[in-house]
Amino acid sequence: MIRKLTATVLTTLALSTGSVFAAGAGGHTEDVAFPFEGPFGTYDKLQLQRGLKVYTEVCAACHGLKYVPFRTLSDPGGPELPEDWVRAYAAQFEVPDDGEDAEPGDTRPAKLTDHFPESADPNAPDLSLMAKARAGFHGPEGTGINQLIKGIGGPEHIYSILTGYTGEEKEEAGTTFYENTAFPSGWISMPPPLFGEDVEFDDGAPNDLHSEARDLAAFLMWAAEPKMMARKKAGFVAVIMLVILSSLLYLTNKTLWMPVKKQAKEAAKKA
Amino acid sequence: MSGIPHDHYEPKTSFERWLDQRLPILRLLYDTIMIPTPKNLNWMWIWGIVLVFCLALQIVTGIVLAMHYTPHVDLAFASVEHIMRNVNAGYMLRYLHANGASLFFFAVYVHIFRGLYYGSYKSPREVTWIIGMLIYLAMMATAFMGYVLPWGQMSFWGATVITGLFGAIPWVGEALQTWLLGGPAVDNPTLNRFFSLHYLLPFVIAALVALHIWAFHTTGNSNPAGVEVRRSSKEEAKRDTLPFWPYFVIKDLFALAVVLLVFFAIVGFMPNYLGHPDNYIEANPLVTPAHIVPEWYFLPFYAILRAFTADVWVVQLANWITGGIINAKFFGVLAMFGSIIVMLLVPWLDTSRVRSGRYRPMFKWWFALLVFDFIVLTWAGAMPPEPPYSTIALIGAAYWFAYFLIILPLLGVIEKPLPQPGTIEEDFIAHYGGANDTPAE
Repeated sequence: MIRKLTATVLTTLALSTGSVFAAGAGGHTEDVAFPFEGPFGTYDKLQLQRGLKVYTEVCAACHGLKYVPFRTLSDPGGPELPEDWVRAYAAQFEVPDDGEDAEPGDTRPAKLTDHFPESADPNAPDLSLMAKARAGFHGPEGTGINQLIKGIGGPEHIYSILTGYTGEEKEEAGTTFYENTAFPSGWISMPPPLFGEDVEFDDGAPNDLHSEARDLAAFLMWAAEPKMMARKKAGFVAVIMLVILSSLLYLTNKTLWMPVKKQAKEAAKKA
Repeated sequence: MSGIPHDHYEPKTSFERWLDQRLPILRLLYDTIMIPTPKNLNWMWIWGIVLVFCLALQIVTGIVLAMHYTPHVDLAFASVEHIMRNVNAGYMLRYLHANGASLFFFAVYVHIFRGLYYGSYKSPREVTWIIGMLIYLAMMATAFMGYVLPWGQMSFWGATVITGLFGAIPWVGEALQTWLLGGPAVDNPTLNRFFSLHYLLPFVIAALVALHIWAFHTTGNSNPAGVEVRRSSKEEAKRDTLPFWPYFVIKDLFALAVVLLVFFAIVGFMPNYLGHPDNYIEANPLVTPAHIVPEWYFLPFYAILRAFTADVWVVQLANWITGGIINAKFFGVLAMFGSIIVMLLVPWLDTSRVRSGRYRPMFKWWFALLVFDFIVLTWAGAMPPEPPYSTIALIGAAYWFAYFLIILPLLGVIEKPLPQPGTIEEDFIAHYGGANDTPAE
């Protein structure tokens, strides 16, 4: 009885406790295959580099990445860009000057240890954690099944927003809203940022709207979760060690209880 | 320490004798670890060890996290990102701590429901049960305050909603809420005191755990058959029991390893699945999230809190009788705390003299329905408070109270229990006499 119950509880809880508690109203999220999905998935560093280029040339005009330090662009498990390149890349951004003679409002070119700037447009949200903050629009009925089985999460949502513009516009209280099939309310205040062929990729990869959106979503996933590959590796080591440990403990336990069980069996025969 | 007769500690070396006369700590350890334990404990008795492990894990990871965390409204969120990005293995510490809370609550719920099924709360173990419930309450307070610390949107709004519950208490509510928050709204003083208390309470829990263990080491463990260990002589007791070390230590460690296997797979491969994505957005008092929901382990009680709206007749009746003192909001708060208090009182609400649910043919079904009810409430708590979810939550809440206040007292009178085994030894032999089963199940 209790065993059957446990099994039921386990399965139901697994299904009912998804982070889909948000259960957002509307908003259609497309399922996109990313190379970093599943326990074996890894970031594709060329894709992250392409995404960085889309971010730099398009998104950075309004949006910031304030929690991401420039130096991490060279870290293993990320875009893995050479340090010299990153140093030169950082220098194109201006950050508040913290030098001794600096006046308030002074700026200087960013160094490796600095973070990406904050959003230039105060209405544009920071993108550092967007791929994790937008992971929760997936049902059905708040069960989180799509997230659990298909791996639909924040990057899929970002991709869907970028490709979900219908071309319709409306104006409300002086603000223009753009119809978007992925945005929860259906109308978003961000004008369509990508149209296809917005950037030229150095590796000659396709730069149509869908490829650009996918690469950017992948880059933002890295920005939100830069230690993902180290985490999965640690998870693997832990799981393998625990498989070995539990096998050994299983055998120890079996051997330990053998005489006790044997005694019980003999007692049962006598009776 | 135990009422079950068994071999006591005998100092073997002159040093042990010297120490034993001054501080009998080895005696205490020996008697604790060698305690006679019913042979027939099944796999539902392993969750205690899992819970001890969880407490240790939370304290160890928490102490290191506190070294890098900054409890200030302007810096808290960024300091968590600092932990995730810059601290060596900081991401692992934080994910272990966050998911550790989920494992802690999962284990405590299985542990509690095991106690409810096998009647572990019945005489003479009422004190063990009550201390256990106090541990559970302290866990809820600790987890709630810990969830506020990352200062994300759900941290802030969860804190606002939950502390608002105290504001619903008539007359003193508002003053009480201000006192709890350290101001008129959730702000820096709130974050600071929650950090302080989040650090303190786990040690209170550790002390309560020691009392919990002391209490059931005094009465002896309960067991699946629900019959007591024979105590008239050491020989008789030995036929019903085995020493905790090595038999149950090894068994529990094996179970713990299997549980941790699942736990580390979640931490390694899907560490954010159980958390709310909105908590990756920094707290903003000006933007209210579309749905404010607590972490999954609070959902059943959150569902009960929200179930009693102003259009429910019980609420209207209470409102009319008390002349408006008990309004819908206060009724919900009373229901939520009441749903835990009825659990606390279960040793006296259950009138059946049979301990184990195994020998209670009617009880079994009502209990299964209670487990199902708990799952439904968990789900309903996650859904928006509108039909049909609100109706489902109301039915679920009603059953919860009916189980404890009506069904359990009645069953003891009308149910005809099945014959129980005479002794634990008999139960054990009956189980292992036939098939070659897995050890000690």
